[in-house]
Amino acid sequence: MTGLSIEIAEKTFPADGDGPPRRLYRDFRLDVADGGFVALLGPSGLGKTTLLNMIAGVDRDFAGRVAFSRGPDPRIGYVFQSPRLLPWRTVLQNVVLPLPKSRDSERRAKVVLEEMGLGDAEDVYPERLSLGMQRRVALARAFALEPDLLLMDEPFVSLDEANADRLRDLLAELIAARPTTVLFVTHDSREAVRLADRVVVLAGPPAVVARDVSVDLTLESRRIPGEIERVRAVVLKSGPTVVPLNL
Amino acid sequence: MRVAERLGWSAISLGGFVAVWWAAAVVHGDFRLLPTPPQVLQALVVAAKSGALFSNLAITLARVAASFLVAMTLGSALGVLLGMSKTAERLIGPWVVLFLNLPALVIIILCYVWFGLIESAAVAAVAINKIPNVAVTLREGAASLSRDLAEMAAVYRFGRWKTLRHVVLPQLAPYFAAAARSGLALVWKIVLVVELLGRPNGVGFELQTAFQLFDVATILAYALAFGVIVQAIELGIVQPWEHAANRWRR
Repeated sequence: MTGLSIEIAEKTFPADGDGPPRRLYRDFRLDVADGGFVALLGPSGLGKTTLLNMIAGVDRDFAGRVAFSRGPDPRIGYVFQSPRLLPWRTVLQNVVLPLPKSRDSERRAKVVLEEMGLGDAEDVYPERLSLGMQRRVALARAFALEPDLLLMDEPFVSLDEANADRLRDLLAELIAARPTTVLFVTHDSREAVRLADRVVVLAGPPAVVARDVSVDLTLESRRIPGEIERVRAVVLKSGPTVVPLNL
Repeated sequence: MRVAERLGWSAISLGGFVAVWWAAAVVHGDFRLLPTPPQVLQALVVAAKSGALFSNLAITLARVAASFLVAMTLGSALGVLLGMSKTAERLIGPWVVLFLNLPALVIIILCYVWFGLIESAAVAAVAINKIPNVAVTLREGAASLSRDLAEMAAVYRFGRWKTLRHVVLPQLAPYFAAAARSGLALVWKIVLVVELLGRPNGVGFELQTAFQLFDVATILAYALAFGVIVQAIELGIVQPWEHAANRWRR
């Protein structure tokens, strides 16, 4: 596990075609506690994915810094918006490949796949699976790594609600079993409240933190729609009080 | 279609071809200009008995293999470079177009004139003819490499070797296959010309000798033998490999 703090002095996307350059971030700051589950909520096009990419180190074209509380080089699991599996490798190979080479890694991958109900699909090529199953494999890949930090970019979009709900339950179980710091990007406020212990609402551009709400719900109360709606009203600011979170 | 059925149709088609050929030879009547299938078969047996057939086929195949390997290696490297680097594409791209349109004969003659009638000049001439084709094909492949998967490999720290083996090469495989297939067809045709112009052995040389003697039966015999071998390579090596590489597709 690792906490992190992000400071972005400036992040601009260069002009593409005739459009002007887009400034996504300016003097942006966000701290995530070690072991926290933070949902980043905001409309699409704000640069939430870009933020994850900057944290993951695949986008280095910005002024600012990302610091991790426990060492500079944490293990990062990233569940992308599309599953991004290697179609020419089997499910098992897809989960094993990111793991450090050791005799143990295949067994570890098998255990995680088994836990996620993918035991029968080990030797299948990803494109033969449904999208829901593919997303499950992407989750397994991230969890098998036992990451210090888990980045998730709308991992349940374009699934039907029942399927997405099952995967949300699965995610909650996995995190309970293997605690880790999570940064979860979504535009679905219900999903954010249901999973996270802190919801950061972004507005902009350039992106600013509009609201910062802590979600004090137990695992059981998260299954009660009324409870979710109560906190959601706060998050969406239609409720009576705003609960600021001091870090 | 079932395998047996497909083979049956192929047999009927080829049988029809032989029948038309035979009939044409009989109607024409001059067997020196157009020999019948049995006469060609006999020429084949004669060439095989003297050992000339096999040694010439082996020599030619070795040249095909050498120039094919050189062309695939250099052409792939060049193509990937062109696909990945805009600067390289701007600087060297026009050269590729130039060489693509240079007649094979010009390259062969220049190689022989500049480097002499030697083996390496022959192989180089064939390879230079093929390199631009390979480069153009692989350029397409390299330009269409998935950025999503590259990012995934970076986040999950695949490293150089793992990324190459599991992420990049599988994406290039269909382009390799396309280049290899069209490459084989082109290379073995050009090798014969190279042998005809400047080598003392090989199928191309034998064809020239037969041409000077007006020995059409031998010409057809060599063409037949070589065609069968190239077809065998296609069916026995290229297609199974392609099939294995495409196993994951739905």
